[in-house]
Amino acid sequence: MLRRLHSEQPDSFAFTPANQAWAEAQITKYPEGRQASAVIPLLWRAQEQEGWVTKPAIEAIADMLGMAYIRVLEVASFYFMFQLQPTGSVANIQICGTTSCMICGAEDLVAVCKEKIAEKPHTLSADGKFTWEEVECLGACTNAPMAQIGKDYYEDLTVESFTKLLDDLAAGKVVAPGPQNGRYAAEPKSGLTSLTEFDSGKTQYNASAQLAMDIKDGVKRIQGDEVPLLTPWVGKDGVVAGRAAEGQPPKAPEAPKPAVKQAEEAAKAAPKKAAAKEPASPEGAAAKPAADSQAEESQPEVLKEARGGLPDDLKLLKGVGPKLEEKLNELGFFHFDQIAEWTGAEVAWVDARLKFKGRIERDGWIEQAKRLSVGDETEFAKRAKEEHIYDDKED
Amino acid sequence: MLKDQDRIFTNLYGMHDRNLAGAKARGHWDGTAGIIEKGRDWIIQTMKDSGLRGRGGAGFPTGLKWSFMPKESDGRPAYLVINADESEPGTCKDREIMRHDPHTLIEGALIASFAMNAHTCYIYLRGEYIREREALQAAIDECYDKGLLGRNAAGSGWDFDVFLHHGAGAYICGEETALIESLEGKKGMPRMKPPFPAGAGLYGCPTTVNNVESIAVVPTILRRGADWFASFGRQNNAGTKLFAISGHVNNPCVVEEAMSISFEELIEKHCGGIRGGWDNLLAVIPGGSSVPCVRGENMRDAIMDFDYLRGELGSGLGTAAVIVMDKQTDIIKAIWRLSKFYKHESCGQCTPCREGTGWMMRVMDRLVKGEAELEEIDMLWDVTKQVEGHTICALGDAAAWPIQGLIKNFREEIEDRIKAQKTGRMGAMAAE
Repeated sequence: MLRRLHSEQPDSFAFTPANQAWAEAQITKYPEGRQASAVIPLLWRAQEQEGWVTKPAIEAIADMLGMAYIRVLEVASFYFMFQLQPTGSVANIQICGTTSCMICGAEDLVAVCKEKIAEKPHTLSADGKFTWEEVECLGACTNAPMAQIGKDYYEDLTVESFTKLLDDLAAGKVVAPGPQNGRYAAEPKSGLTSLTEFDSGKTQYNASAQLAMDIKDGVKRIQGDEVPLLTPWVGKDGVVAGRAAEGQPPKAPEAPKPAVKQAEEAAKAAPKKAAAKEPASPEGAAAKPAADSQAEESQPEVLKEARGGLPDDLKLLKGVGPKLEEKLNELGFFHFDQIAEWTGAEVAWVDARLKFKGRIERDGWIEQAKRLSVGDETEFAKRAKEEHIYDDKED
Repeated sequence: MLKDQDRIFTNLYGMHDRNLAGAKARGHWDGTAGIIEKGRDWIIQTMKDSGLRGRGGAGFPTGLKWSFMPKESDGRPAYLVINADESEPGTCKDREIMRHDPHTLIEGALIASFAMNAHTCYIYLRGEYIREREALQAAIDECYDKGLLGRNAAGSGWDFDVFLHHGAGAYICGEETALIESLEGKKGMPRMKPPFPAGAGLYGCPTTVNNVESIAVVPTILRRGADWFASFGRQNNAGTKLFAISGHVNNPCVVEEAMSISFEELIEKHCGGIRGGWDNLLAVIPGGSSVPCVRGENMRDAIMDFDYLRGELGSGLGTAAVIVMDKQTDIIKAIWRLSKFYKHESCGQCTPCREGTGWMMRVMDRLVKGEAELEEIDMLWDVTKQVEGHTICALGDAAAWPIQGLIKNFREEIEDRIKAQKTGRMGAMAAE
């Protein structure tokens, strides 16, 4: 499956204030300068809030953690739990399909999804409420087959119980997660074979299902205020005790700024440069010569045809062969005196059109043309005439 | 059978009081400061003597691993990272520890961290375990509240923090260096070794990565003594172990048992037998998806420990995640599903694995349908040998072994299917 950004993206992303506070608290888990460690938890919270991971969310989190956008994008695309496309408004149903679940009937659950939701995974159901996908082992193998819906595991499913579960969810009912066949957790279904002695404080549900029933946020879009934010590792004096007791880890390698940020900064700096007429940054300096050559080109005088129909033999100029002569004629140059009068700006104009940058100057065309135009010989012209160097090549 | 008094995880099913008071009543957090007072060397030596081998699959001796950490800090901090990225198909034991018996893990983290001079421990949970994360965090919060973590943790004089971190659905992050990369906020791609994590791991600092179960058994071992723990199981396979039995048994479950228990006893005592009886047993994957499968008839008397399963059956104990398949199972398809899993989870860093897992899966695709030539079985075997041992991490090996196990044990099954597809009838069946 290709994992890339969805074609339609929202304009912006922002954590809710409570999620923002939560995100900032997560960053305190990691040593100074290592805040990039929090990227997965933050992306996950963004998905919990929005239902999927959007491009603006990736960028906002990158900015928050001082990471290049590409580094966050590659994390988002590497880890399969990040949904890079919109999911059902109620829930994305994840069926565990790996061997233990498969041999216990996961394929039947997938068939239910195909029938009730959509033929293909990652596709919205007709009512927009559900999407589904087959995922790899979810680690509840003794409770196979099972599905993850939102935060919760629904275990020991059958086609009947799973169908009913989907109907209940669509109707907005809260269904207790955990085993759906009367089991409590991962004990043998027929009764305990061990740990019968410590009878105390059994709650209605096992730990996972109990949390789900207490908080009731299984398939909810998380706003951050569902449970109080706790950061017990930060002591009353604001010191993280363990970290204070140890040395500093080596500094993290410098993270380059995202290209977009670099461009924005360059754009901000640019107006000042223009006012000072002094390129300060390398980009400015690099841009200057190109702009100058544009500005300083000017067209020399050209002729429609050779005066009196008798063009000079421009091949007598060193560096000009039959091809170049043709090209110069096309541009409107037929005589040595024309070339002898080119100014710097005009040389630039011709240069740009001949596509032999710097050739005119390197071979000294103007010098040669000045001498030839007044009837002097150049050494090259003399040799060219005597040896007929171009004759056999012209055909 | 292991007695309840000798079980370390006394609340594995979460049926008893799960909070701190309940954990203390069952004997956890008892004299933790006293254990730490006995010092680093004593702790590591006791762990070595106990014979505990890592519970994450590889079975490396835990005490020895700890002893690789630098004795004196060179200014860099040291880290304990607990691998709770439990994603090996068939494995679901750490989940029960984290949600139902979390204090075993937290206390173990404190003691283990002290033993390797670490003030900070990160627990890396797989992303899908959301409620488990919440349950474990609640237990950690309670420990901070009661002074068992943080400054002068549990009155030991050791300042100590536990942070929960989570992934987002990448099996490869269960590999220790990939886990470290992921914890640093990158793609989970394994690092070349050396340097080993004990020299330069998380943030370039000395790091030890241990499985949840390995850490969670530490406090009890230190309280009850190395000899007690070593008294279970055969030589070199000491201790108690969480077994997770899934598939075609009457009562799939997670249960703590003594190492070296026989497969038959494990299944009969706790799982209510094989579905359809022992004669209906086709195959068993005894240690999570990465180990080769074993034919049912060889399994009944098997001893469930590292050395027997590797030495006698050419398989492995792995994470002790036992997947049982009865004769109604399409074994070729079951292994094909594992090939699909590894293809999905290959991180793409090494070519033999990235390309090989896809290749193996596609050949398996055709073997499931029987639309192949007989020679392709040997060709597939050859491909698994090309992948095995030619990658940075062991995922390449793990992808190769299930297929090798299938070909070794069920070759005639594959051949029959190919022949049946060619002739349009079941060869062996038609002759009967």
